Amino acid sequence: MEKNRREFLKIGGISVLGLSALPVFQALAQEKGPRYKPDPKALKGAQWAMIVDMKKCWEQQEKRQCKDCILACHKIHNVPDIPDQKREIKWIWLEEYKHAFPDQAHEYAPEKVKESPFMLLCNHCSNPPCVRVCPTKATFKRSQDGIVMMDFHRCIGCRYCMAGCPYGARSFNWGDPRPYLKPEDINMTYPTRRKGVVEKCTFCYERIDEGLQPACVEACKVKALIFGDVTNPNSEVRKILSGHYSLRRKIELGTGPNVYYLI
Amino acid sequence: MLEKAFKGGQKYWSLLLGLAILSGVGFACFMLQLNQGLKITGMSRDVSWGFYIAQFTFLVGVAASAVMVVLPYYLHHVKEFGRITILGEFLAVSAVTMCLLFIIVDLGQPMRLLNVLLHPTPNSILFWDMVVLNGYLFLNAVIGWTVLSAERKEMPPPAWVKPLIYISIPWAVSIHTVTAFLYAGLPGRHFWLTAIMAARFLASAFASGPSLLILLCFLIRKRTNFDPGPSAIEKLSKIVTYAMITSVFFLLLEIFTAFYSKIPGHMHGFVYQFAGYEGHAELVPFMWLSVILSVIALVLLVPPQFRNNEKLLKIACLAVFFGLYLEKGVGLVVTGFIPNVFDKVTPYIPTAPELAITLGVWATGFLIMAVLYKVAIGVKEEIRA
Repeated sequence: MEKNRREFLKIGGISVLGLSALPVFQALAQEKGPRYKPDPKALKGAQWAMIVDMKKCWEQQEKRQCKDCILACHKIHNVPDIPDQKREIKWIWLEEYKHAFPDQAHEYAPEKVKESPFMLLCNHCSNPPCVRVCPTKATFKRSQDGIVMMDFHRCIGCRYCMAGCPYGARSFNWGDPRPYLKPEDINMTYPTRRKGVVEKCTFCYERIDEGLQPACVEACKVKALIFGDVTNPNSEVRKILSGHYSLRRKIELGTGPNVYYLI
Repeated sequence: MLEKAFKGGQKYWSLLLGLAILSGVGFACFMLQLNQGLKITGMSRDVSWGFYIAQFTFLVGVAASAVMVVLPYYLHHVKEFGRITILGEFLAVSAVTMCLLFIIVDLGQPMRLLNVLLHPTPNSILFWDMVVLNGYLFLNAVIGWTVLSAERKEMPPPAWVKPLIYISIPWAVSIHTVTAFLYAGLPGRHFWLTAIMAARFLASAFASGPSLLILLCFLIRKRTNFDPGPSAIEKLSKIVTYAMITSVFFLLLEIFTAFYSKIPGHMHGFVYQFAGYEGHAELVPFMWLSVILSVIALVLLVPPQFRNNEKLLKIACLAVFFGLYLEKGVGLVVTGFIPNVFDKVTPYIPTAPELAITLGVWATGFLIMAVLYKVAIGVKEEIRA
């Protein structure tokens, strides 16, 4: 009996010790890598970037008022089609030259450039002000590939990121967005949003993780959008950038935008 | 001590009832906003902060101004302020409460508010604003209540409260500095991107808060048996004068930098405010009214013979308070978004439910202030009796 009790206490003591050590082991184990196993097909890059070849884009727009990238992006991400411009939600959209580049635009630019719309989206900045200001880490920069992510479930709707973003890339759900989605068109593999949260383009992180190109890149029939790792000297984006002069929006602000424009 | 809040005349109770009705209406509109979303306000994709955040910004100043009575009293032993420090501290309590309420009503998902604590983010100024505002509320509530309790027992306040009082002095500066940093650190918002923002905020705070306190002192003297004393009011009015001069000077510095450099982004905000930009002139009448009120205030405050005249001082204090209210609580926040990052103008006009919620929060703040002042004055009258 006596011995049994001692045994019991011993085992109990060791068990308690073991349990208290468990979180330490877990923490140590976590440092080795992510808790999930990434898809082996996933695209790998240290900093994703996008090139928008405006010449190709404008050609298509003239030919058939092309909006393939916008439609593909908005459809796959359940972006609601809200007619009120003050409350609209857009991940990728068209904007005039003087509004897209207000600090570079000048009146003597070629007519073609002045009159044609530019394709705008989140710049996935190297030094994103939206991430710096977010009080809940609802918007954060993915460490492995520099995508500026948005967690719709953590966002408290303070809209500080919207004040911080100098590119107007962020939209807020002023009301419930779901009535503006056609039920038959809803993509069941991507969440719809609720009122009171901010959203934006995420470079299709969910597709990259499965080895697919972003939806807009895939949808563009003339390959006006080129996506790749800007840190890799052998990538297509780097080859294009070294062979052409390119523009970025508001570089003087030091945010390091990763969307490049060829004109 | 709280029982003093329950013993009052008919006027006191009708004041409380009136404020309670207003805050009730505001609360009902807030329920509507919870149900419908922030689309019931006038805010938009381009002007994503509006009246709520503007009120919060102005009221942080009112709260920070308590330091203008606490500092001279505790650091420089200005005895005259002994009678009104409690009024300054309780004004701060109600103003900070309004600030916190304005932040809550501005959130898209207020039920997720605790995410700020669950995922503390030191790189966000909003996180620090939460820390300093709650800290300041706590400090003033504890200091005010403890010192008043001691006063009632006609004992010196306990020793542990002294360090809290000393901490509360730089803390008051911190609440307005951190709130200015919310704006001053954003790329691409030229109207806010100025190193003098925090200094401007403090200068306007030390004018608007004490001018409200002077008006409250006059009101208290008329309605109760407690007299804050003419010398306290005279000293406060000097503080208002210097702070108002500094505030106007700082604004002129901004205007010089914008218009001498001729950098378009830095000029556009002021052009929108005072002349209208691309056909939009929503703020022009309010901003000119603010200028006129500031000029009136300076004319009445600077010459001592005007300042020491009670009637003129009252007008001057009203002019300071409403002039700065128009500058901070109406103009500053909205103009940061106009023109927007695409150099386009989307005007902002608050809606009726938005104004009702705003009024409701103000009423809640004044309700808290009325109750706290009732207690404070009750204690003061009791000691004298």
